[in-house]
Amino acid sequence: MAELTYREAVARAIAQEMRRDERVVFLGEDVAKAGGVFKATVGLLEEFGPRRVRDTPISEQAILGAAMGAAMTGLRPIAEIMFSDFMAVCFDYVANEFPKTRYMTNGQLSVPLVVRTGNGGGVRFGAQHSQSIENWSMMIPGLKVVAPSSPIDVIGLMAAAVRDNNPVIFHEHKALYAVKGEVPDGEIVDTLGTAKILRAGKDCTIVALAMMVPRALEAANRLSRDHGIDAEVIDVRCLVPLDTQAILGSVVKTGRLFTVEENPRLCGWGAEIVSIVADEVFWDLDGPCVRITTPHIPLPAADHLEDIALPTADRIVERVSRVMNGD
Amino acid sequence: MKDSRAGPRHRGALPNDDIGVETRLEMFRLQVEIRDCEKRAHDLFLQNLVKGTSHLSLGQEAIAAAFGTAMQPGDKSFCTYRGHAHTLARGVGMEKMLGELMLRDIGLMRGKGGSMHLTSVEHGVMGSYAIIGAHLPIACGSAWRAQYLGDGDVSVCFFGDGTTNIGAFHEALNFAAVWKLPVVFVCENNLYMEYTPIADVTAVAHPAADRAAAYGLERIVIDGNDADVVYRTAIAALEKARGGDGPSLIECLTYRHSGHSRADPAKYRPEGELDRWLERDPVKIYRQRLLDFGIAPEEISRIEERSREKVDEATAACKASPPAPEALLTADVYDDGGWAWRN
Ligand SMILES: Cc1ncc(C[n+]2csc(CCOP(=O)(O)OP(=O)(O)O)c2C)c(N)n1
Repeated sequence: MAELTYREAVARAIAQEMRRDERVVFLGEDVAKAGGVFKATVGLLEEFGPRRVRDTPISEQAILGAAMGAAMTGLRPIAEIMFSDFMAVCFDYVANEFPKTRYMTNGQLSVPLVVRTGNGGGVRFGAQHSQSIENWSMMIPGLKVVAPSSPIDVIGLMAAAVRDNNPVIFHEHKALYAVKGEVPDGEIVDTLGTAKILRAGKDCTIVALAMMVPRALEAANRLSRDHGIDAEVIDVRCLVPLDTQAILGSVVKTGRLFTVEENPRLCGWGAEIVSIVADEVFWDLDGPCVRITTPHIPLPAADHLEDIALPTADRIVERVSRVMNGD
Repeated sequence: MKDSRAGPRHRGALPNDDIGVETRLEMFRLQVEIRDCEKRAHDLFLQNLVKGTSHLSLGQEAIAAAFGTAMQPGDKSFCTYRGHAHTLARGVGMEKMLGELMLRDIGLMRGKGGSMHLTSVEHGVMGSYAIIGAHLPIACGSAWRAQYLGDGDVSVCFFGDGTTNIGAFHEALNFAAVWKLPVVFVCENNLYMEYTPIADVTAVAHPAADRAAAYGLERIVIDGNDADVVYRTAIAALEKARGGDGPSLIECLTYRHSGHSRADPAKYRPEGELDRWLERDPVKIYRQRLLDFGIAPEEISRIEERSREKVDEATAACKASPPAPEALLTADVYDDGGWAWRN
């Protein structure tokens, strides 16, 4: 058992998979010699050498295109897109190439690769380096979409993503890189499409992802202490496949659903979860389903503005307690 | 018979012929079959048996035929929506190709892909890409895999002149050059992007070759209507790639005889342009060359007759094939064969 940061967990996860399978290769901008702009890939070049851990030019299309070409002919690449915002520069691969190849070729080709990327706000980088974009890829058939919130989940879900035969978009949260957590020794492999109930509760269900998970947990503790509301907190961890069983089961038990999303309100993943709940367990609900989100704005850089925009534990407590008390 | 530098010299072949009769006959056969098959695709469209769109490469056959002949079985090819020729040139059967255009069960992808997505992994045909330029970086990735695993195959990527103005072209060339990848980029400069002359929208006269130096590559412009010229260039580039000496960028000058796609009557072309290029029709030129080499007219006719028979047989097989079964609708979205995005 060791205490690891989220960023150390990234390097450990990649190393774990590279040790196990010679076909796993890793490429991206500044990932090798520099160890990544977020220092999440330190040590990989030293262990695996420049043949397997490769610095690329600033060529997002070439990075994802090459990862795809290598994946569909026999390797299992992990590609880094430095900031998730830059996914827009190579979105053809995300939207048109990776996810449609298996279908269009009637199963002749598969694209087993992982794109990992620094996602999310809270670090004052402004509107083009802070977006939470997991819903961009969630809506595309053929992709899997992951966003872990803890070091141990980074390792387990990364391992599962690398071993998966589908293209996986893996969102690491920039504001979580310094977060520490206990991680057991040895190989860790998790399962995609499994949510985790991090706090059991009977009054309401709070569903969160990535940076919103610690905030939801803090809010749940305060709701219990200050308002007598016992909230169950679910970390979705993976948007595709989506663990609807865990969510529906919890909502049936509590009768109330809140989602906490970092992405701008319109078409956020929480809307999909609300829709599934409304569709399938409507008669088990005791009140409206409520989404707590960032407003429909680009993120500002100024500290106090960014802090107001992103859902905080305060806002979650305030919203949940008010709704639960019927106002 | 692939590399026929040491090929048989008989039936009047010139003593200094570096290509060889077998290889020449193969390139002629491919050009004729591609021509006949594409003409049939057009007829089937007029009968409403080919749906959607399709992009013919009538007039550009020499490039696909020469590369198809020069490439080795394990090599990988990447082409565009204008990919019938490249697909046939790798040995894919006509009924598989036409069947896909007719969206029948017999087709390469059983109708799920359509004319713009021809793929046959068993033939090394790694897909046709409908988004301009997307496949250049993908070909780099395939070449990277070959380099990494020591597989020894070369990835060949075909695209049009219009593609040279898209970012992915430039990213791929730089990437391939710095990583010294075994990839050959083949620009078929047919003078037009869709409806606009390439010269109107490009800063240099030769959209591919004039940019080669920017990536440390040799400037190569060749006559894309002469299969022999393309073949010799292909052999050299493939050998270079296989030998670990990195990528090549080849600009082949050619011309498409018909419009961009079937919806296009090509009215934008200046008077006389088509006629001048028809005089340099690659199939016609090559037929005459074989005669000049002393190949018997009967042998040439046999190839031509057999090609027409093959097209007829393929057409009949496609017409007899049922449409794609409904179960395919939701098949193969994910690797488990299905489409489930939730548990
Ligand atoms: C990214 C993208 N932009 C535009 C198009 C529409 N489009 C289809 S073919 C074409 C022209 C391509 O010209 P060129 O590369 O010269 O190839 P050719 O058709 O001559 O073989 C265009 C603009 C597309 N498919 N993809």
